Amino acid sequence: MTSEPIQITKRPRKIRGTFLVNGEEHDVTYPSHKTLLEVLREELALTGTKHGCELGECGTCTVLIDGEPILSCLALAQAYENTPIETVEGMADGSDLHPLQEAFVEMGAAQCGYCTPGVLLAAKALLEDRPAADRQDIKDALAGNLCRCTGYIKIYEAIELAAARMRGEQAEPAREAFYGR
Amino acid sequence: MLRLPPCEARFPTSIAEAVELKAKYGPEASYVAGGTDLYPNMKRRQQTPYHLIDVRRIPQLDRLEVDADGGLIIGAGVTLTRLIRDGRVAAGWPVLGQAAATISTPILRNMGTVGGNLLIDTRCNYYDQSYEWRKAIDFCMKKDGEICWVAPSSPRCWAVQSSDLVPVMVALGAEVILVGPEGTRTIPAQALYHNDGIEYLTKKRDELLVSLRVPAMGTAKATYQKLRRRGAFDFPVLGVAAWIRPNGGGTVADARVVIGAVGSYPIVSEAAAEALVGHALEDDTIDAAARAAAKPAKPLDNTDFTIGWRKDMVAVYVRRALAALR
Repeated sequence: MTSEPIQITKRPRKIRGTFLVNGEEHDVTYPSHKTLLEVLREELALTGTKHGCELGECGTCTVLIDGEPILSCLALAQAYENTPIETVEGMADGSDLHPLQEAFVEMGAAQCGYCTPGVLLAAKALLEDRPAADRQDIKDALAGNLCRCTGYIKIYEAIELAAARMRGEQAEPAREAFYGR
Repeated sequence: MLRLPPCEARFPTSIAEAVELKAKYGPEASYVAGGTDLYPNMKRRQQTPYHLIDVRRIPQLDRLEVDADGGLIIGAGVTLTRLIRDGRVAAGWPVLGQAAATISTPILRNMGTVGGNLLIDTRCNYYDQSYEWRKAIDFCMKKDGEICWVAPSSPRCWAVQSSDLVPVMVALGAEVILVGPEGTRTIPAQALYHNDGIEYLTKKRDELLVSLRVPAMGTAKATYQKLRRRGAFDFPVLGVAAWIRPNGGGTVADARVVIGAVGSYPIVSEAAAEALVGHALEDDTIDAAARAAAKPAKPLDNTDFTIGWRKDMVAVYVRRALAALR
């Protein structure tokens, strides 16, 4: 047997920094080794962003930086101080849901809901970049967000519905989406 | 939960400052950019540097430009997404975007950088596991142990070169620029790699990969073919980069075939190139090159899929790559 390796040579150290989350400024004293995900959830109590695989293999911890999705589980919090960060909590405008959230509710696009925050943000980034995104664009953009309920069809349909509404079209869910053909 | 070990980041704004920090802290420090390779490794306690030198605020690492000789300069900190979306890259070096677009997922490509992909740690089913998993079967020689669990009598580590851009950069004849405490070195991309799962890079400990230079394609064409289980997320189980420069008469003047993910380093198939040069890309020529390229590929049972099938796929993927260049 190999002798037990010594794993920790240094002790955690707390540092102080400012995080700009959903337009709000937070001064935080936090351990320097925390990921952005850990700071959001544990220091700021913003638990909408989920812990999944924590290794970059699932996408549920997605947040937006400059409108682009990144994985907060693989982001050292320290690197994102003083940087505008958008989480799922920032999508709604007061009590008005974002059109994507509205469409997810209508279409039943969340099953267990665990992947939903990441999916919503990845979809938001896509639609801001390409308002006329088609099904293939949506699939490509969501290739990094796993849904283990495998409810992908509902998710795609909801994003398409929201995209149509965001383009100003009068769109309703297709009847067969709920009742079949 | 998987947490990072204690660590703290610095954000140098010049190459000199970054190299100085690295030299100061030595093995206690690591350069980091996107973090998509290092942070999972740190969470699994494969690497535990305390001092993280985040190089993303160094302007020189952010360059993406065409130089006076028509070569492409790619700063090591350019994200994979930026490489894919750049119009000049798409027009002049389409294979770079083609290969980069197969890396991982769109979200990870927003974080991961070209430099990081070139230096990505070698991978193995017995290494890319949590600390507890590795401890339970006893650690392997790549980290904390003495044995290779893939080939227990082996004196060396067989972890696999798993970057998609590495075979492409080698095939395109790219050069890499390294800056260390002892100065600047420019070496061919191929010379950056070493056939060992542990010492897989020839980069010295404190050297920083600053940029790459990819020569102009001219009349040459190149492609990349990747084998993996899923259409996203997965590292290559096999990656084939092929580069062909035709002469005027419709035959191959020069060729490079590079096989990734079947060894600890990118395997340049001289035999395949020999089979191609002087011939037109007919089926027979392609077949001879494919069989020659498959010979040195020695996949071991340390990634996805079965060994025999992976070995068989080398010839299939080389054939596909060359057929795509007709």
